[in-house]
Amino acid sequence: MSHSVELHQVGVTFGATRAVSDVSFTVEGGEFFSILGPSGCGKTTLLRVIAGFLQPTEGRILIGGKDMAALGPNQRPTAMIFQSLALFPLMPVWENIAFGLEARGIAKAERRRKADELLKLIALEGFGERMPDELSGGQRQRVAIARALAVEPQVLLLDEPLSALDLKLRQHMRAELRALQKRTGVTFIYITHDQSEALAMSDRVAVMSAGVVQQVGAPRDLYDNPATPFVARFVGETNAVACTVKGIEAGIATVDCAHGTLAGRAGDGLESGASATLYVRPEALKPGNSADNALAATIERVDFEGAFALAHGVTDDGMQLVASISSTDLAAAPSIGARARFGFNSVNAVVLPDG
Amino acid sequence: MAELYRRFGGGLGTLFLALVAVWLAGMVLAPNVMMIDYALRPNLPPSQIGGANDVYSLDNILYLANEGVHRAIFLKTIWASALVALVTFLVCYPLAFWLAQHATTNQAAIVLLALTIPFWINEVLRTLAWYILLAFRGPLNAVLLSLGIIDEPVRWYGDGGVLAGMTYAYILFMLFPIYNSIESLDKSQIEAARDLGASTWRIHWRVVIPHAKAGIATGCVFTFMLAAGSYVAPALLGAPGSRWFTEIIYNWFFEGGDWNRGAAYALVLLVLCLAVVLVTLKLARVSLTEVAK
Repeated sequence: MSHSVELHQVGVTFGATRAVSDVSFTVEGGEFFSILGPSGCGKTTLLRVIAGFLQPTEGRILIGGKDMAALGPNQRPTAMIFQSLALFPLMPVWENIAFGLEARGIAKAERRRKADELLKLIALEGFGERMPDELSGGQRQRVAIARALAVEPQVLLLDEPLSALDLKLRQHMRAELRALQKRTGVTFIYITHDQSEALAMSDRVAVMSAGVVQQVGAPRDLYDNPATPFVARFVGETNAVACTVKGIEAGIATVDCAHGTLAGRAGDGLESGASATLYVRPEALKPGNSADNALAATIERVDFEGAFALAHGVTDDGMQLVASISSTDLAAAPSIGARARFGFNSVNAVVLPDG
Repeated sequence: MAELYRRFGGGLGTLFLALVAVWLAGMVLAPNVMMIDYALRPNLPPSQIGGANDVYSLDNILYLANEGVHRAIFLKTIWASALVALVTFLVCYPLAFWLAQHATTNQAAIVLLALTIPFWINEVLRTLAWYILLAFRGPLNAVLLSLGIIDEPVRWYGDGGVLAGMTYAYILFMLFPIYNSIESLDKSQIEAARDLGASTWRIHWRVVIPHAKAGIATGCVFTFMLAAGSYVAPALLGAPGSRWFTEIIYNWFFEGGDWNRGAAYALVLLVLCLAVVLVTLKLARVSLTEVAK
């Protein structure tokens, strides 16, 4: 079983800047864990703290139950995959992969054998003598992973390694990374600003903003039950309706807003009479009056995205509304300039307190 | 060249080319051809120049090969220049690495300024400063004596003094090429090596030095050539036992009055220096164009 990673109240301060504050979570051994957040939210800083390149200003980090405070990056059971990959351009592929073994004083023949084994694992058999610049982007990616796996780390730290690849390749590498993680059983901590990447690959995701962890949960959980306004807005598309809470009953909050009375599931800490926001996903909005709640809007444009289309509308009080319409229902979609009503069921909306 | 013509037109382009050609012919080619011509002719009184005895021969060069003392000084100059390059490299590499990878912008600016200021002064005067520092009754001996590190003054003039003076004089020629080449190294390369468990020594040996190889070769070539052709440092900081080959050449010209033999000596020094440089570059697998950059 590979090691777990525990963070206890980790904080990092650079001069006057608070990059990370009071971060605590536990990554289970063998888990694919993502840290998701916009750029500048402190996620890379957090990864560098786990790797040992940065010392936290406060807090503790335990890997496999052992305190890492006194250990440098070369002494931790972690391996990092850099955003730039940082392959050594002047060494052939096999020496790149075996570099960690070389540093551990393992004999050349053994290193070569291990490198060939890993090349097989990443389906690049026979590429050992090539130089890194003779490989394609996806191949270099795989070599970087093999180089990190060669030292048999307990935890693999990945810093947006797919961001340089084009869309098709990125989707392919996602599946490959996921499969590799399951096969090797190594704990993965994956940094990304791409929410679809985090949702598609991870067992669990931590959403970060401004140096603070907003929520930790399974992808489905984050999407359906966002704990904070930031998570509701950042993970997936959403419509936000400003409102005031009228009452809460059996977990359903009834709210007043410019569009009348609406209802949605009540989030944590919601109180009657408080100002709040109701969040409803574009795919939860259905044209027509069939559902519990309804919003009226004038359609401004319809963006065709392939599998679905996004209808953008404006309500009477000027709020932007986005509804997703499946391509198969497109014929029945409201036309541009028309007034249309969109309904949603209360269980598909969530009401969170503001601030 | 086509680019030159396209940009400046036929007239101006030709003029530029002609100027460069004149400069090369007058400043580079002519003196060297003259030196070779002098080196291959015997030293004759004016009345016999152009006479029956004025024939080309290798006598002047063979004289160096057969003259034991000169030959020894010549060989010593070659390896001592290599030593100067090595010592300068050892001094500059850690500094260049720190400047390129660790120093803040302000720190780098201050250090580079501090290193450059002495070079606003003429080389002779700078060497003279070392002459004073290293004097038998000079400040260095005084400091070492008062600290109790030595019991009696040391005679620094000689091999040690020449080495110190030259290392100091050529620091920038070594520092800048290495600094430039290390600066272009992506920090994550060093971090990746460290993360994979490499020691500091291995990071430098396997990642930093291979990356900076062209810069290191450039610095070493500069320093070696400058050291081998140096006159001021050995003349001021040397001792009778630490004569430099350039001093012998000087003596043939200005004291021996034998320009032909002096030219022959200078020619041999030039050819051997070139050979050492080219062989070193070949061994280090660095091409001459990389150095020229």
